[in-house]
Amino acid sequence: MMRSLLVRGMLVGLAAAAVALLIAWIYGEPQVGHAIAFEDAQAHAHGAHEHEPEVVSRTVQKTTGLITAMAVYGVALGGLFSIAFAFAYGRLGRLGARPTAALVALAGFVAVELVPFLKYPATPPAVGNPDTIGSRTTLYFGMVALGLLATTAAVIVCLRLVPRLGVWNATIATAAGFAVVVGAVYRLTPKPDAIPGHFPATVLWDFRVASLGIQLVLWATIGLLFGHLTERAFARRRSPAAAHAAA
Amino acid sequence: MAQSAVPSASPQAQPAPVPLRVPIREVLPWAVFAAVLGVVLIYFVGAEQGATSLFSGTWVHEFTHDGRHLLGFPCH
Repeated sequence: MMRSLLVRGMLVGLAAAAVALLIAWIYGEPQVGHAIAFEDAQAHAHGAHEHEPEVVSRTVQKTTGLITAMAVYGVALGGLFSIAFAFAYGRLGRLGARPTAALVALAGFVAVELVPFLKYPATPPAVGNPDTIGSRTTLYFGMVALGLLATTAAVIVCLRLVPRLGVWNATIATAAGFAVVVGAVYRLTPKPDAIPGHFPATVLWDFRVASLGIQLVLWATIGLLFGHLTERAFARRRSPAAAHAAA
Repeated sequence: MAQSAVPSASPQAQPAPVPLRVPIREVLPWAVFAAVLGVVLIYFVGAEQGATSLFSGTWVHEFTHDGRHLLGFPCH
């Protein structure tokens, strides 16, 4: 059982990465290009002569580099997703495979992407002071950890509240509590953001929307495709032989 | 399969199948392994040769450059 879930998760993650890659090429790469053009123009204005030698060419960064990064990220995410699904399945009331997968994907998106993104959104090249990369990295991964902890806590609290309040009210109460906790942390954490004076606002906005879109597509594809395939596999297992129900 | 307490409409349609759970004991070793491996992979895609470096140089950083920016990791 666990083996097939894990294999399915990693393959679904790879498929989701392929879809996200298309979004990245169509909507993300043009903004990265604009940002790098701005960076070069700034460097020229400040009297820097020719480019620093490229370790990896732009072409490689846009193609094999991006493909590799997306594929590895997708497979890792898909594998972790299948583990989370295995914990959730059969423990969220009577939900079947598809709604369980969709909810796990939603929770994962909120925890790993949305919570960090709202405070420390993705930044294109030329945005962000290289001197603060250490603290920004710590804060970013700290926010991911907060998202994971708060979401896990919310799910556990919500399941406890359901018998008393019913599903609808328990969900609202939990979501409100989640928002208060995350909102309080947002207010208390520093924001070491350094956007250069003349950086085009439209590029920044479009880049961030593209980044959010890439993650949304990634998580949605994982949740829906994994749910669909798992539902089908379970139905196939159930129908021919109900005899060996224990897996 | 044992008859459920809830009477089903037709013998064909099984009563809403209570999903079988994967026992925690069975998930846990996979969870630990996948979590460790997944974190290492995500670290290399997202952060190696940024704030911290296990390998010297900038090749990993430059190679995964666009992915880092677009996936939302702090890059540089």
